Formats: sequence, C-alpha cells, structure tokens
Amino acid sequence: MTADTRPVLSARGLAKSFGAVVAAADVTIEVPAGQKLCLIGSNGAGKTTFVNMVTGYLKPDSGAIELDGEAITGLAPRAIARKGICRSFQIPQLCIELTAEENMLVAIAAAEPHGLSFWSDPAAGGRDARARELLDRFGLLAMADRPVSEMPGGMRKLLDIAMALARRPRLLLLDEPTSGVSAEEKFPAMDRVMEAVSGQASTIVFVEHDMDIVRGYADRVIAFYSGRVISDGTPDHVLSDAEVKRYVSGGAA
Amino acid sequence: MSRLALVLGAAGIMAVLLLVGLALPRWLLFLVTLAASHGIVSVGILVIMRGGLVSFGQGLVFAIGGYAAALSFTQLGITDVIVLILIGTLAATLVGAAVGPLLARYTGIFFGMLTLALSMVAYGVLIKSPAVGGSDGFNIPRGTLFGVRLEGAAGDYALYALAIVLTGLAATAVALHTRSARGLMTRAIHGNGLRVEYLGTSVQSVMAINFTIAAALGGLGGALTIVALGHIEPTFAYWTQSGEFVFVAILAGSQSVTAVFIASLALELVRSFSNLYFPNTWQLALGLFLLAIILFLPAGIGSLWAGRRKAPATGAETQA
Repeated sequence: MTADTRPVLSARGLAKSFGAVVAAADVTIEVPAGQKLCLIGSNGAGKTTFVNMVTGYLKPDSGAIELDGEAITGLAPRAIARKGICRSFQIPQLCIELTAEENMLVAIAAAEPHGLSFWSDPAAGGRDARARELLDRFGLLAMADRPVSEMPGGMRKLLDIAMALARRPRLLLLDEPTSGVSAEEKFPAMDRVMEAVSGQASTIVFVEHDMDIVRGYADRVIAFYSGRVISDGTPDHVLSDAEVKRYVSGGAA
Repeated sequence: MSRLALVLGAAGIMAVLLLVGLALPRWLLFLVTLAASHGIVSVGILVIMRGGLVSFGQGLVFAIGGYAAALSFTQLGITDVIVLILIGTLAATLVGAAVGPLLARYTGIFFGMLTLALSMVAYGVLIKSPAVGGSDGFNIPRGTLFGVRLEGAAGDYALYALAIVLTGLAATAVALHTRSARGLMTRAIHGNGLRVEYLGTSVQSVMAINFTIAAALGGLGGALTIVALGHIEPTFAYWTQSGEFVFVAILAGSQSVTAVFIASLALELVRSFSNLYFPNTWQLALGLFLLAIILFLPAGIGSLWAGRRKAPATGAETQA
C-alpha cells in the first residue's frame, strides 16, 4: 500500500472478552483519511469497547491496531494521544473547578512537546489565543472565565470536544456527541460540532444512537451486535440491512 | 496578580521582616526562624496537595535534610551554614527523586499511607543507629557564615535573616511554579486525572516531580531547623512531626503560599504559650484551634484573601 491510500486507522482481528462476555470478536475496521465513520449498535454491542481499545484504555486479547501504519496496540492512553488519536467522552471529562479557558489551556499545554513549563504562564506563547479560538469555534467564548461547575451540560459537552481538538488529532473519536441533548436540538448541536471540528480534524469516528443524525452526518456506518461487525457500508446500505433493523435501529425506534 | 507584582511583593515582605527582626526579642526571633523553617516543609505539602494528594510522611525528607546537614558538620567538619543547608536540601532532593516515581503510582489514601510508612521506617532505622546518636540524637555547635561564627544576639539574627531569605526565595519560586503551565496541570490532575492522561500527559510523572520539589523543600526546612536549633533526633521523622506539617498545610489552605507561613507561625505561638500556661493539655488547645479553622475557614487561612474561587469543594477534597 502506498502512503496515499494507507488508512489512518487500521484495526485488524480485534478480540476482547470479559469472562464469558464477548465484547469484541474479530473486529476489523480500516478508516481512510477524511472519512466520517459512525458506529451504531445497542448498548453492550461493542462500540465503546472498540473505542476503548483504540484509545488504549483496554488492551485487546488479540489483534493489531495501527495509526498511519505504526503499531499502537496496547500502548497507554497518553502515548496514543501523543501519536494523534484524541477522544471526547459520553459524559464530559473536565476539571470542573477550573474555568473553560483553563481547561483549554491544560489541553493545549499537554499537546505541546515542551508545554509543561515550570515557570512560564500557561497562557503565554500564544496559547491563550489558541484557547480562545477553539472556545470561539464552539460558541463558548463568553464562558471563557466561568468555572465549568457553573456551565450547563450542553456547553460542557462542547468544551469536552474542544479539548480533544487541542492537538489537531489525526483521528478524532467522539463518543455520543449529542447524548443528553434534546431531540429538537440534536441537529443544531451536531451542525455546530461538525462545523467547529472542520479544519481541526478531518478523520472522525463517532458513536451515535439517533438514526437521523447517522444518516445526516456519516459517510460510512458500521453496525455492531454482540461484539461483532454485522454491517459496514454507506448509511443507506447499513440502515436498510435486515439484521441491522432487527438488532439495532428497529429495536431502538 | 502578575508575576512581577508577585516577585516585588515577596521582596517587600522579606525586606520588612528583615527590618522587623532587628527589633524582635531573641525568643521571638528564634520562634519565627523555626516557623519559617517548618513552614517551608508545609509549602512542599501544598505543592503535592494541589494535585489532590496529601503526604503524611514529610518528616522523612525533613529528617534527611536535617541529618545530612548535621552529619556534614560533625563528621566532615563543614561549618558554613549555607553549605550545610545546600547539602541537606540536595540529600532530600535525591531521596525524593528516588522514591517519588514509586509513590506517584499510588493515589488517595494509599499514597498517604506509603509516605507515612517510609517516614516511620526511617524513624525506626534512626533510633536503632548508635552511630547517629540513637533515640537521643546529637547536638550540633553553632555554625559559621562567611567565616564568622554565629554566636550571641548577632548570630541569632543572622540565622533569622538566613531563614527569611532562603524560605522567602523558595516560597516565591513555588508561588511562580503554581502559576505556571505545570502548576495548572497539577490542578487539572486533581480535577480529572483520567482526562489528563487522555490529553497525553503522564499524571505519574507530574506527581513524581511535584513530590521531588516537596522533598527539596522538606530538606531545606530540616537543614535550616538543625542549624538554628543545634540539635537533631529521630523524632524529626516521627509521624507526629509529619502530622504537624499537614496540620499547617490544612490550616493555610492550598491557595496561598504566604498563608502557610502565617499558619506555621500561629502553630509555633500556640505551642509556646500553651506549653507555658497549660503544659499538659496543649494538644487540646491545638485541636480546638484546628476545629475552629475547619468550621469557620474550611478552605484555610489563605481563603481570607486568595478567595477568587469559593473553595469548600476544593478544600474538602484536598483534606480528604
């Protein structure tokens, strides 16, 4: 394979069991550059297990994961983050006593090779401008100086995603970016996320339960059931699949 | 507060204290010297505490700094107090750098208990070591400063000035450090260590370095204490000594370095006067004092002026 066609993420034959529960069985997924891939499946189907293996939280029992052709299987989350895979969380993982801007500065300092200075101001060296630019992209600039503990849930969700962008990741993983957002606000919220993310990260894997969102924003969909990939293809193809209808979308709707 | 204002403010406070020292009676001069020497150890705890951990074993590095300086005097014949203090600080820093990465693998109560265990092992070894005086410890004569022997009132003032300048410089460095990118990362670790790992930073590495900084400050405090006190014994490493350092850190709160010295001075004053007027129940007075602080200033003395953030949550978690 040449460098041009090589996938950004390549996961081959991933398996993971927790006792008798099979969370992943021979999961093989390749994500080419620029793709917006959506993972669907009911609770316990293996979406989060896949995300956790790719980000290093779980070590696969077998199989190999590569980022841009480089093996990352079994590395710690921080090592994988440094290589360029960043994630947001279903439940925002923030420092709630710090302000929105301080949270961004933490993410930016972590992303710089020598960002953890003993003396210099965390906002120095253009870091404050970058923090404010990212906050602005998500419409959070007015909240910059407010502690996260005073921010509503929807804004925390956006801040969580903004922090994952500090590194301009090669691969961005969004775990249910619109969960906790009311049905009528899901499309505006997703619009905002996709617009804010564009230019900062182009290859995106997201987990989503709302089939309208899946149809509207994904280039490709992969459906999980019981630790296996049961369908993989365009949104129209996957969402009209009989098995997917039975196990994933049909049951939920 | 800008960095320049902070440095100028610190220089101002140090200058005022040096002038005030000229007018203080010798007993009070000695008391402030000890308060500064002990206070800088608690500043070290503050560096760790901002990351959400509490060390109950700073007596370990306090004792190592003290013994290294004292033994350099009695065994190697080094009398210059600045050299002795440097040796004590360096020895404790090396120990901190060696055990820091090990301790930083643990969180919460396990970290606290391990630090306590290490300090009690050191205590146990010291009381069984006749070569360093066993449980009685040993005395150290007054040292010299730039070749002049520190005796009488002038010597007391010189030690006071040395304690003010050295702890003042160290505390200023810590205050600048807490406002740095690394200082912010330490607060982020307290807030959400998991997220910090997912951002690409090693929590263990940051906390190991924080522990090493605290060890350096502990060694500085130990060495300053022995040159002023003229005596060292294994109780430097005993858990009640470590407990006093934590007591002062909690009294001060984790927001202000200056508050630590105020808390340390308050402790020394309460101890002196209680010892004088009700020697058998002075710990009771100390307990009531701490109770009053926890009830009325849950985020510590520092929250009186460094109260940008209402800190009950921070304070409570830090103390837990």
